[in-house]
Amino acid sequence: MTTQDLWEETYGAVTVNKVRSGLTMLGIVIGIASVIALIAVGQGSQASVQANINSLGANLIMIMPGASRSFGTTVRGAAGSSETLTPDDANAIAAQVANVAAVAQEVQGRYQVVYGANNTNTTVLGTTPAYEQVRNVSVADGNWFTGADVTDSNLVAVIGPTVLQDLFAPNANASATPAMAIGQTIKVNGQLFTVIGVTVSKGGSGFNNQDDMIYVPLSAAQHYLLGSTSYLTEVDVEASTQQAMTQVQNDITNLLLERHGITDPTQADFNILNQASIVSAASSVTGTFTTLLAAIAAISLLVGGIGIMNMMLTTVTERTREIGLRKAIGAKKQDITLQFLAESVVLTFGGGVVGVVIGWLAATAISAVTGITTIISVPYILLAFCVSAGIGILFGYYPARRAAGLNPIEALRYE
Amino acid sequence: MSDSGHYHFMKEIIECNGITKTYGAGDTAVTVLKEVTFSVKEGEFVAIMGPSGSGKSTLMHILGALDTPTSGEYLLDGSDVSRLSDDELAEIRRDKVGFVFQAFNLLPRTSVLRNVALPLVYANMPKEERERIAEKALDDAAFPRAFWSYHSNQISGGMMQRVAIARSLVNDPTLILADEPTGNLDSKTGEIVLHTFQTLNMQQGKTIVLITHEADIAAHAGRIIHIRDGTIVSDEKNRHRTMARGEREFSENGRPLSL
Repeated sequence: MTTQDLWEETYGAVTVNKVRSGLTMLGIVIGIASVIALIAVGQGSQASVQANINSLGANLIMIMPGASRSFGTTVRGAAGSSETLTPDDANAIAAQVANVAAVAQEVQGRYQVVYGANNTNTTVLGTTPAYEQVRNVSVADGNWFTGADVTDSNLVAVIGPTVLQDLFAPNANASATPAMAIGQTIKVNGQLFTVIGVTVSKGGSGFNNQDDMIYVPLSAAQHYLLGSTSYLTEVDVEASTQQAMTQVQNDITNLLLERHGITDPTQADFNILNQASIVSAASSVTGTFTTLLAAIAAISLLVGGIGIMNMMLTTVTERTREIGLRKAIGAKKQDITLQFLAESVVLTFGGGVVGVVIGWLAATAISAVTGITTIISVPYILLAFCVSAGIGILFGYYPARRAAGLNPIEALRYE
Repeated sequence: MSDSGHYHFMKEIIECNGITKTYGAGDTAVTVLKEVTFSVKEGEFVAIMGPSGSGKSTLMHILGALDTPTSGEYLLDGSDVSRLSDDELAEIRRDKVGFVFQAFNLLPRTSVLRNVALPLVYANMPKEERERIAEKALDDAAFPRAFWSYHSNQISGGMMQRVAIARSLVNDPTLILADEPTGNLDSKTGEIVLHTFQTLNMQQGKTIVLITHEADIAAHAGRIIHIRDGTIVSDEKNRHRTMARGEREFSENGRPLSL
């Protein structure tokens, strides 16, 4: 039997009962469409989580104070509660560790912020000018504060776009422009700060949303907001290259252990996180999520495959006499097997093609309606085609072998 | 052998030597054919006749290479086909046998032409050549050209059987096996079908073996083998052969009746 004959036979057999073929294909269509759509959602969220983390800054190493621990007890305080990081630590890192591009010192607090009749509760971050580089923040309008502002404890503030909207929007439906804010004075915890700049939106969400933040000079925050403390809540270090990350992280650990007089590294009073480890942790979470979604979708694909097998078995029974005739006039086992396998593969592959299109449309609709990023990758589409054809072979094989194994004499007599 | 004169120079198409077929094993074993021995020469029209249960269907299956005997030797066109595998038997059927069944066994919703050409599909013949041969076979089976593109379920029983006869001719078989070919037809169309067989036999020298339980159908053959309880009880030349009337004899004013 030539390929063209096989195709003609298959086309005829599949189109003879269009409704039944269509319904059988529907199982595969739904399965493939849900796999494509859910993987698109999973990959999209994975990519957006990674993009969010990368937007925090390149080659970033974050140092935070560790848990406080009193002498003679085993009671541990909350992580970050201790006051162990000082500006001197930060300066020592900048001076003594090789391959450090920039170091930013930070203190943080949440305060009520007021402008005119508007007010919001947001994070106020006191930092040094290096923060702009280290954490990859840029100013859309106005200026970032300078070293002189830090030295002189100037009461200036750079605000994020969310803060801009919260404080300066004339009403809930109108949006605020940076021009409305720059040069204005806002009241933070009773202290007046002059707005000198607005940052570019980074589209972040959740905790540490850099759009919903007010940046002020480190010294101003220490003197006017925190009450003259000299301890830092975080030190961010930018390594000069990706390759230097491990070396920089190790050197900082050793330097700080030495400076804090700690010999046992397990007793360190600070924590170091690097961006790569955060990315991989977040990726493994979203990866699990994607796998879970794909597994659920795969179950519907399995059900679709069983539907194919069911229909093929029915077809074989219905066409027993035809199979008997074909064998009587010279069809070999292989001819019959191929004919029925081709039918099931055409059904599942056709279902796969339609499923990919519907899955694509569904993913696009999900992005449009919910705003979730979806990514449709070509390898997954190719995989979907292979899987749908594979299901045809897998679930069509048994019915096809059953057809091929029929005894022609009995098949011809079948009523 | 018991054959008369003019067959002597013809070669033997069928040679059965001690064909025995047993179903089952042990106490429940049933022997359907017992030591059947006969031969058919090229160009013969033989009727194998017997009541139901006589073993004639089993014999037909063996002659048509659909089944193999339990013991004994069966030579079809000089080659032993009694010990072949399923796929080897399929090749023999494809190349050497043409079947005509009682129930026609045409593919429904498929054109007449495609039905006739179907055996050649399994011989991997190109489509154009297949259709050319199928058209000739339809002419030989006296099937009217106007109906070539009809689907097989849109035509009458008599026409269906002639499509089946055309299908049995396309592979230019050494043997045409007809199993109760008139069983599903009324007497008039049955006679036209028998006329088609007689014409093919006499004008084209086709070797035909016809299986039937009806004596007046068997009477159309040139030789009648009676089979009963799995053994041949008589095998003789038919001296009072009935000649079937063809379509033309049945028609009035040149218009075919059966169509």
